[in-house]
Amino acid sequence: MSARARLVALVVVCLLALGGTAAYVLVARDGQREAAAAAPALPAVSVASLQDEPRIVFRNAAIGPDYGKVAMVPLSDPGGPRAVTGQSCDRVFATSTRTLCLGSDGGAGTTWRATVTTRGEASPRRLPLTGTPSRARLSRDGSHAATTTFVAGDSYTATGFSTRTVITTLADGSGSDLEDFRLVHRGRTVRPADRNFWGVTFAADGDTFYVTASFGKQNWLARGSLSRRTLTTLRADAECPSLSPDGTHVAYKKRQDRRAGDWRVAVLDLASGRETVLPGGRSVDDQVEWLDDRQLVYGLPGDGSRAAETNVWVVAADGTSQPRVLIEKAWSPAVVR
Amino acid sequence: MYMTDRPRADAAAAGQGASLRRNGVRSRPRGVRSRVGTPVGSTVVLLGLVSLLTDVSSEAVSAVLPLYLTAVLGLSPLAFGFVDGLYQGVSAVVRILGGWLSDRADRPKWVAFAGYGLSAVTKVALLAAQGLGAVTAVITVDRLGKGLRTAPRDALIAASTPTATLGRAFGMHRALDTTGAAIGPLLAFSILWLVPGDYSAVFVASLAAAVMGLAVLLLLVPDLRPRRDRMTTAATATSAAAAAPAAAPAAAPTPPSLRLLRQGRFGRLMLAAAVLGVLTISDGFLYLSLARRDDLAATWFPLLFVGTNVAYLALAVPLGRLSDRWGRARVLVGGHLLLVGAYLCAAGPVGGLPATLACLFLLGAFYAATDGVLAAFTATLVPPEVRASGIATTQTVVAAARFASSVGFGSLWLWLGRGPAVYAVAAALVVAVPLAWWLLRGVERPTPGLASAAMRPRDVGDTGAGA
Repeated sequence: MSARARLVALVVVCLLALGGTAAYVLVARDGQREAAAAAPALPAVSVASLQDEPRIVFRNAAIGPDYGKVAMVPLSDPGGPRAVTGQSCDRVFATSTRTLCLGSDGGAGTTWRATVTTRGEASPRRLPLTGTPSRARLSRDGSHAATTTFVAGDSYTATGFSTRTVITTLADGSGSDLEDFRLVHRGRTVRPADRNFWGVTFAADGDTFYVTASFGKQNWLARGSLSRRTLTTLRADAECPSLSPDGTHVAYKKRQDRRAGDWRVAVLDLASGRETVLPGGRSVDDQVEWLDDRQLVYGLPGDGSRAAETNVWVVAADGTSQPRVLIEKAWSPAVVR
Repeated sequence: MYMTDRPRADAAAAGQGASLRRNGVRSRPRGVRSRVGTPVGSTVVLLGLVSLLTDVSSEAVSAVLPLYLTAVLGLSPLAFGFVDGLYQGVSAVVRILGGWLSDRADRPKWVAFAGYGLSAVTKVALLAAQGLGAVTAVITVDRLGKGLRTAPRDALIAASTPTATLGRAFGMHRALDTTGAAIGPLLAFSILWLVPGDYSAVFVASLAAAVMGLAVLLLLVPDLRPRRDRMTTAATATSAAAAAPAAAPAAAPTPPSLRLLRQGRFGRLMLAAAVLGVLTISDGFLYLSLARRDDLAATWFPLLFVGTNVAYLALAVPLGRLSDRWGRARVLVGGHLLLVGAYLCAAGPVGGLPATLACLFLLGAFYAATDGVLAAFTATLVPPEVRASGIATTQTVVAAARFASSVGFGSLWLWLGRGPAVYAVAAALVVAVPLAWWLLRGVERPTPGLASAAMRPRDVGDTGAGA
């Protein structure tokens, strides 16, 4: 093959490769536009019509242009039409006045953001965020925000994962990394080097919170105090706690003797210490949310190849009912009462 | 957050692993030295272009893989961490195989072609892969291809470049390679901006880049035969003995023996590379250290490696040239002092933009001073017959040392805490640098055989590159 022939061949290959890619992208784009035009209008309503009534705010998981956007349905009709906002989040939580959104943006490298949007304020506030979004919570009065992320870097040796949990006081923007809090275990202050914290839930008093504390290969339910900067372990094998609106019960995920990454939801009566593991055959990897004082909601992946189309399920907190789908194609529910 | 360091760590490990080689600079006659001013050979640029296109292809996929796995396949972040771990380890084993095959067949181009081809095929498979198992298998094959091609590719660079300019040639190749790694994610996210959620469009673009890289390799890169060329040269030389390197008896007709690698100077180089490698904290840990110190670095955590790459990109050629003039051992060992500087910037109590940028700059400069230079060093140190094997061996030694470093440093961090752990490694590195220098002093001593080898017109391949 002559040098000339080789060059011609190379030019042909490159033109085919570039042209093929361009054609594929353009056809895909046309296809998306046609599908969007042809699709029956999603049962949708305006955000303005819902934002003053009790509602469930969540991440829309219906594949399409609105995938990943914050959406909401009325609490009185969770299966009904949803209102979709323009905000994209991987994890969302909301109170009546504020929305906490953890999201990611592609570019030269994927960056993460945590923003707090307050009704009546023009621009959202940005909070520092390290790592892939995992859990987000606001205190009921919206004064504190808690974020949990998976942190990169130490995954190198594949020996486990590391999390970072930060509670921010929104009034002055000051943040506290829970690893800096005093940790009390069995009556003694401990400083295990391998400690990790994740999944904060706030109590109504503005000071108390619950969180998962992990060290020595065991996960503990811990109670924390913001004013005293302490954490006290309470109970083993309890992750991602969620306090009921009346403050009497804590729901969390529990591994028991199953393999790693296979959790069931359990509910603890704080007064009596009685724990109820709820029915349901599927693993729940979520921080559950209380629909009211008697029912829990959480997200599960969709079936088979539609895993990304997650659904929000509801189950009775006393273990008397099987879980059922409450909101289709939704994730990260937050109940605004 | 799993994936962040994978791409850069991988690129860094690949570059770092390149072979060390004896430096013939001071023994080289003046006529050869003047070649430092000539342009880098076309084969090197073509191989750089192949690497650039292939890196665009693989980094475009890497950039969207976390999103694809979690958003489309519905896998949890932990499952992704598992896939990430595979990225690291798989290629080291096949690297040696690639080097050995290349030397044995005396066909580095075709072994490299097989490696690049394997990775291109995985981009097709990715379009059909569903679920963690399939994606894991596809990524594993992609890494096998990477492992296979690295050593023969570096052997081609060495075979097409005069000894006097090897440092610059490898620097040029690494700079092009890194450029591709920077373009890949931008391409991927541009496509996702055009067609939101259509990951198959990213995979199609990735395949196109891989195919173009493969075509450049197939059609333009000359099929250099280091062993055969050497025999020819030996036969025509006035003195066959003068043309043969010290360790190799005059051109053998049989396949090369890896025993050729069993010489003291190569061993000393590997020992030095291992000692320095064990004290090289992975980028991921350093970035994490920066992110723990202040929120600025934390917010921009995923982009820290971009800063390192920019410095690497800018300095790879100048520091490669410096190694050609000053001696490769000097630049290689001295580069680790830059790493000490990066440690001090990362561990110090004062955060903020200047300290963070200084750390990234020093880290990029460290890679520029060691990555391609190590390859150039190795290439001069081992006879051409076993060059790919020699390069693969050094790369594997460095990769293994770095893995040990990661495990060890992870424990040290837990035991001492962030700052003290980095300071401790910095102190150990300050001790190790003179030790490595002492180990390599003997290696740099010119020997008559190598000096003659250095004079051979090895850039013959360059002129035939376009043919």
